[in-house]
Amino acid sequence: MTERRPVAEFVAEATEIVEGLSRELLGLDERRGEEPDPERLNAIFRAAHSLKGLASLFGHDRIARLAHVLEDALDALRLGKVAADDALIDAFIDGVDVLSGLLAMASRGETDGPAAERALALAQHIETLVAPAPEKPPALHELGVDKAVLNVLTEYEEHRLRENVKKGVALYMVRAVFSLEDFDQKLTALNAALKPLAEVVSTLPSAQASDEARIAFDLLVACRQPAADLEAVIRPFGATHALLSASVAPRPSAPVPVPVTAGPTAEVSLKSLSQTVRVDIARLDRLMAAVGDLLLTRTNIKRFAEGARAAGGGLHPMWAQELSREARALERKLDDLQKGILEVRMVPLGQVFDRLARLVRRLLRESGKEIDFEISGGDVELDKLIVEELSDPLMHLLRNAIDHGIEAPDKRASKGKPRRGRIRLRAANSGNHVVIEVGDDGAGMDDDRIRDEAVSRGLLTTKKAADLQRTDLLNLVFLPGFSTRRQVSELSGRGVGLDVVKTNLGRLSGLIDIVSERGQGTTFVLTLPLTLAIIRALVVQSAGRTYAVPMSSVLEIVAVRPSELRTVEHRQMLSVRGQTVPFVRLSQLFKLPETPVDLHYVVLVGLAQHRLGIAVDHLLGQQDVVTKPLSARLRDVPGLAGATDLGDRRAVLVLDVPALVSEIVRPQASP
Amino acid sequence: MPETLKVLVVEDSKATRELLASALQALAGLEVVTVVSGFEALKVLPRHRFALIITDINMPDINGLELINFVKKNPHYKDTPLFVVTTEGRTQDRERGLQLGASEYVIKPFEPPALVELVKKHLKL
Repeated sequence: MTERRPVAEFVAEATEIVEGLSRELLGLDERRGEEPDPERLNAIFRAAHSLKGLASLFGHDRIARLAHVLEDALDALRLGKVAADDALIDAFIDGVDVLSGLLAMASRGETDGPAAERALALAQHIETLVAPAPEKPPALHELGVDKAVLNVLTEYEEHRLRENVKKGVALYMVRAVFSLEDFDQKLTALNAALKPLAEVVSTLPSAQASDEARIAFDLLVACRQPAADLEAVIRPFGATHALLSASVAPRPSAPVPVPVTAGPTAEVSLKSLSQTVRVDIARLDRLMAAVGDLLLTRTNIKRFAEGARAAGGGLHPMWAQELSREARALERKLDDLQKGILEVRMVPLGQVFDRLARLVRRLLRESGKEIDFEISGGDVELDKLIVEELSDPLMHLLRNAIDHGIEAPDKRASKGKPRRGRIRLRAANSGNHVVIEVGDDGAGMDDDRIRDEAVSRGLLTTKKAADLQRTDLLNLVFLPGFSTRRQVSELSGRGVGLDVVKTNLGRLSGLIDIVSERGQGTTFVLTLPLTLAIIRALVVQSAGRTYAVPMSSVLEIVAVRPSELRTVEHRQMLSVRGQTVPFVRLSQLFKLPETPVDLHYVVLVGLAQHRLGIAVDHLLGQQDVVTKPLSARLRDVPGLAGATDLGDRRAVLVLDVPALVSEIVRPQASP
Repeated sequence: MPETLKVLVVEDSKATRELLASALQALAGLEVVTVVSGFEALKVLPRHRFALIITDINMPDINGLELINFVKKNPHYKDTPLFVVTTEGRTQDRERGLQLGASEYVIKPFEPPALVELVKKHLKL
């Protein structure tokens, strides 16, 4: 192939194939030692096969070569010529990694890189793993299967047939006649119904057409259950069966009664079976920005309508009423539109979890520790942009858990713990947020070591370090430059600290907490918003300036007299239903002039288990806002998440609640 | 005005399908109908009179061999020339395709001009 076809198109389809490959391999990986599910093996084989064809067609020879080697090995595996041992499965998993690397190179137009070298080495390695000594399989004629049927079996189908015969499973020919209009759905349903008791080896559309509106199929079925069970399953489909098993075999070519299925003949659809589209997230951003602008227009119209009704004078009362009604209708439709776009942006966390699982399993093998890795909550959905940004922080936490969290097997045994450690990655919805936990049942964090390290790095005085509570002490690990690592290990020695994890999460308006018990293990708890694209905000005013507080973190609003505030260790505190909550005036936070008041309006915000009361001068109402990035001048001001426009063409600052919570609720270390 | 000849392309890979279609569409007087699976092929077959069918072997619902068998045994379609597209190495599948009545096999990766030549030969263009 001399000419290069468009790269983006190739990369998109190839990536989809590799992701599918990876998903199926993961299933194989989880069930090591068991006999692999033939359907899964075949799916993996098909993915490698398609990738090879695609890559060679587009002239990506390196990808084609590796896919070819994988295909051959998988072919040998599914045809039962080699066993699914650990070395082979590991090699397949590495193969997915390398393929991802090669695809990344291809998308950047690079021709050289580490992935290219790995590809070559891996291909050779896999070839040595698959021994080339195929024995000649015995002929299949004596099975009683019609030669005409045998002739249309692919090599793989023939192998499946032979496997079933070897196991003594009875063979049947099931004949079903369906309308040309919906036979695909009917066959899919029949296949699904057969799955629990039988394997469909081949689906042969019958050449003898009964009439133009119908089509007959002969299914070669290996059924593990009695014939009566098969009969019960296929009867609702109007299908009949004949036993083929060699000893009893009536010839399948004997005429089988053809039941007539009802159903009108309709226009045959030429539509593609695929019902999905791929969309660049930037396009969704543009749509969302347009919705944001519309929301502002809506607010203005509403204001105008209310004004018109109240003022009475200028506008006819009927028009004012009409305008209000239309404004309300517009509001409802815009809500639907906004919700729709948000739904489109949502993707399951499973996308990133699958990738992490692959890496973790490799790290586990390299670490030499005995660790079980559990994943749950892959179906929890989050904004695509957030999901993409999560893989690095999560990987870092998982590396930490493998490398520093879980103790060596002997050490665990000496402490009376099971030799096998456990690492969990789980996600769950929690109101407006998603909570992701990375936990291990390892040694837990060592207070003394954290204290020593903080003091030796000059982050804290000895006195202050001694006074710190355990939770505050644990949070020191998020300070830049903090590390208790005595030696850089191969796994975590990437020079990225937990401070980077925290900063990255902060950028996503997320929060990270640590729960750690000595000897019991450590869990990092990440609290993240569902989306950053559009938020409902409480609009407040302080010292004459307007701010927006994301409603997702607002718990309630309380009115407090200054006399009700208490001071504990130089911090103002407020009591809300018996709970003591840190209190701060917004004007004080941003160093604005403060005026004495008779009553504070306190916006009580909360994230995870943290609470903070922020006092403001006025509450102006709620509004949906699209957050825009801050100008360079304001970017480094702590406590601000972005700017927005409320429709009166004045920029309003959006508070960064997670940043404020960590700033104020948790005392920062100072020398 | 000469009659338009219709070619059916059965291929589950989008990129390969489009490459086949664009190579064939370059030929004057050819109309290309593409489908993504054997099932879809079974649905469109009665709706058109195809001058040529090009099918992949490895497909998710019914395989290409089953499709060839169906076409070659069916009185309505049995004279339609049929090409099998396979990847190198799968000799058994390819041989069965030819036994079942396929006229040519095309090995992936293929050169579009070579494919076009084969099509011209069979359709006498």
